[in-house]
Amino acid sequence: MPGESVHPSYIRVLLTFMRNSLVRDMSFRSNFVIESVASTSWVFMNLGFYLLIFRYTNEIGAGSGWGKYEFFVFLSTTMFINSIIEALFMPNAQEFSELIRTGNLDFALLKPIDTQFLVSCRRCDWSSLANWLVGGSLLVYSLRQLTARAENPLQIHPLAFVLYPFFIVCGVAILYSLMISLSASSVWLGRNQTLYNFWFYITNFSRYPMEIYGGTYGTPLRAVFTFVIPVLIVVNVPARWMAWPFDVARSGPLSLFAVAATLASLMFSRWVFLRALESYRSASS
Amino acid sequence: MHARVQQWWVVYRIALEERLVYRGDFALGTLMRFLPIVTQIFLWWAVFDAMRHESADASETIAGYSYANFIAYYLLTMLGRAFSSMPGLASGIAQQIRNGEIKKFLIQPVDLIGFLLLNRMAHKTAYYSVALGPFALVYFLCQSYFPPMPDAGTWGAFGLSLILAFVLGFFLEASIGLIAFWFLEVSSLLFVYMLLSFFLSGHMFPLDMLPYPWSTIVDFLPLKYLAYFPSAVFLGKVTGRELVISLWVEVIWVVALMVLCRVMWNRGLARYSGYGG
Repeated sequence: MPGESVHPSYIRVLLTFMRNSLVRDMSFRSNFVIESVASTSWVFMNLGFYLLIFRYTNEIGAGSGWGKYEFFVFLSTTMFINSIIEALFMPNAQEFSELIRTGNLDFALLKPIDTQFLVSCRRCDWSSLANWLVGGSLLVYSLRQLTARAENPLQIHPLAFVLYPFFIVCGVAILYSLMISLSASSVWLGRNQTLYNFWFYITNFSRYPMEIYGGTYGTPLRAVFTFVIPVLIVVNVPARWMAWPFDVARSGPLSLFAVAATLASLMFSRWVFLRALESYRSASS
Repeated sequence: MHARVQQWWVVYRIALEERLVYRGDFALGTLMRFLPIVTQIFLWWAVFDAMRHESADASETIAGYSYANFIAYYLLTMLGRAFSSMPGLASGIAQQIRNGEIKKFLIQPVDLIGFLLLNRMAHKTAYYSVALGPFALVYFLCQSYFPPMPDAGTWGAFGLSLILAFVLGFFLEASIGLIAFWFLEVSSLLFVYMLLSFFLSGHMFPLDMLPYPWSTIVDFLPLKYLAYFPSAVFLGKVTGRELVISLWVEVIWVVALMVLCRVMWNRGLARYSGYGG
């Protein structure tokens, strides 16, 4: 009916997108298996690197609280967050810049659904979720080691099981905001190759405990990546709730900040996205 | 012979000019590539910091590398990779085989591998001329991590290892690309190679850290010459007889891969069929 606004069911559309991607992935099954193996082998290599480091030390940063198994909890948290990002948003963000460059964004703009939603969720790369298996196993193993150790065993507070996934979602939201803002900026920049390198280098900082950034240069760096581009809290906050003893005074303030940063990042990325759409001029004719 | 040399020179010059068009992007990209080292500096600082606290008597080295050595090592592997990494070489060859573009090398009196080698040399020359600035800047800023100037012999061996790393990297990647004659799609294979080479070339950490079975495995692979070896030579971790032997082994690898490339190219052409226009 003319004039009547359309209210698509976002959940149903999302599920359809995910199902379509799964169908698509499953029609090239051996390719899917190879991709899953490839993405997990990268993770295993990383694990090997840290196993190597812990042959020489018991802790990353003296008194930082990141011993071997605490750090492995941290590492599995990184795996969870990265695999969600790689599965849900990475293929879409890449495609988004391409849509802008080629002018095919027109078709997305015409559809009766929020453009940011459509652009962000269209494709899902299921093979990246294979890392959940690795991350999950590593998490369970490390937690068993931590809770069963003779000296000062870790007691997991029931609330940790709520806070951990919650802050993982926050972390994903922060990284998503950063990614979508970066790819939206290709409206102004035209090319985006350097942007992807930029993404890689920025998120590189999030992969380590924030305690390692100390000293004359580290402290300002830590401040920038906590308060300006909040990538440091992405993994650190959820990992702390799981790996460290439950301590509201120690992890609380940063967690509160993480919630605020998540909301701010989402709002900022929405703003950038809308601004980008305003500046978008279709390519060619 | 003269005509041949002239042909090479033209190919080289064109590729060089083509490359220098984007020098601004280049320089910025090179500088950004040092960013991951920043996190490495902090990570290893934290590791050494913890080691010092664990035992007052800590020797403060890991596998013979001090903290400064680690940073210098990472900075030097960047240089090694600048010589040995061949972005897009294997995938380019595979693509040319798949879409039939290599047909032009069958009709023209130009050899594909030679042509690509000259192209790479030009790319690298262009790259170094632009990357010199960023590299010099970073090395200058980080000079305190480097050991005192090595002697002329070490410098010579270092230079030689870098040049050999370039040739080795080229023929290694070219032979992987040529596999496309047999399997049209090599992208997943390439990904596996990339992962292995990142880990086993020493790009991620000094290979001396590896425990027994692995340390022997990497010794038998050519990958260590791509990043680990030049850095280790500069830092004086490989010296004397061992250095000479290693360099010879590297030469043998280069020759073997050159021969392999040639054989694959000939065999591949024999079974190649070009379809379509």
